[in-house]
Amino acid sequence: MSKQIRLIRCTVNGRLREAAVDVRASLTDFLRGDFRLTSVKKGCEVGECGACTVLVDGEAVNSCLYLAVWADGSEILTLEGLAGPNGELSDIQQAFIDEAAVQCGFCTPGAIMSATEILSEGRLLSDEEIRIRMSGHFCRCTGYENIVRAVKKTMLLRLS
Amino acid sequence: MYDIKAYFEAANAEEAVCLLRAHPDACIIAGGSDVLVQIRDGKRKNAELVSIRGIEALRGVSRTPDGTIRIGALTSFARLGKDPVILECIPPLAEAACQIGSPQIRNIGTLGGNICNASPTADTPPTLLAWDAQLELFGPEGTRCIPLQDFYLGSKAVDKKPEELLTAVLIPAGAYRGFAGKMVKYAAREALDTSIVNCSVSVRLSEDGERIEKARAAFGGALGQFPARASSAEAAATGQYLNGQLPALFADAFLQDIHPRDGWRASKALRVQIAGELAKRVFLESVKRAGGVIHE
Repeated sequence: MSKQIRLIRCTVNGRLREAAVDVRASLTDFLRGDFRLTSVKKGCEVGECGACTVLVDGEAVNSCLYLAVWADGSEILTLEGLAGPNGELSDIQQAFIDEAAVQCGFCTPGAIMSATEILSEGRLLSDEEIRIRMSGHFCRCTGYENIVRAVKKTMLLRLS
Repeated sequence: MYDIKAYFEAANAEEAVCLLRAHPDACIIAGGSDVLVQIRDGKRKNAELVSIRGIEALRGVSRTPDGTIRIGALTSFARLGKDPVILECIPPLAEAACQIGSPQIRNIGTLGGNICNASPTADTPPTLLAWDAQLELFGPEGTRCIPLQDFYLGSKAVDKKPEELLTAVLIPAGAYRGFAGKMVKYAAREALDTSIVNCSVSVRLSEDGERIEKARAAFGGALGQFPARASSAEAAATGQYLNGQLPALFADAFLQDIHPRDGWRASKALRVQIAGELAKRVFLESVKRAGGVIHE
């Protein structure tokens, strides 16, 4: 059977894109390969580490468990899309740095994307609720406390 | 690249059935969190996929005029976990949905997939069983409804033909009105882990609150080949007056219903110990939620 290609249209970090994708490609492959969005990491590729997390229509998903063809008609947001017009870091990214929530940095983009979904709800969560909402990310370096604190700090700053 | 030989999209249930008939080696893909992982693990070589993601009619929770709760098979766990009807009528189902995988998995995983993938450790079937859920299946001969209790036939074997798809989960009013319950998923990690004990109980008390009018219990977490009702435990508790010995009596009977084995996740001994303790606690909490008082 010959290769199956589908034409899809989606918005990637605010830009409307049209692409011919192989039906076998994951969203991770699509974002890294077609758009060089290498913040989207390949960790486990089976949805157990969260390193590949991106936002699809505002919801955090493991892009490794998402076929590229499913992005048709959707808005995709990766870490690259959080930067300001002149490359300024977003508040959540700065908070991760300030709170030492980044060591090797491999889990960081995915964690920040989940944090972005949580923060977009515009409400105050308890530490326990933040832990649950961030539980889809494995970090071998930080011990998670600083990550939770960075999210909480940004949440409080935004709500004040 | 996933090892996908062919990929088809169905716009509606009829088209899905046609595609399944035309491609007998194809399987349904919904959220993808089971099927894509299986492809990665080499369990589905040259996979042929019929995607039902586009069938919007299969998403969402509603209540029919006679009070039946209808949960579309494509409803995600995230949605299930915060649905007002579920939170009002069957809170343990929302609690079960919120413990699956991770937030990212809960955003894409579907109730139908959790049921049809037929893993013995699936997190929602025990609660669906303890609340007498029915399944609505659609195929070439039309629609049929069966109790979830009759769906699991053996290890990974279900009463669903290859050309059928699960369209909805139904819980009639009589199955939830007056009942309260609790479920527990016990796993080594608090997230992204498979359950090693899953126990779900629902009870309805007599009007005076002194007796268990009806107790329903089910287990999962690989305490058997497939999730099933714990009939001895139910018989031990149903009709009994609330008393301090009842939770232990219930738990002892529950242990008669399960048949765990040694596995790499947990030994049989651990499963038996945890199941016995949790059955007691889940039963007690269910009675409390139903407004009953047991002096321990």
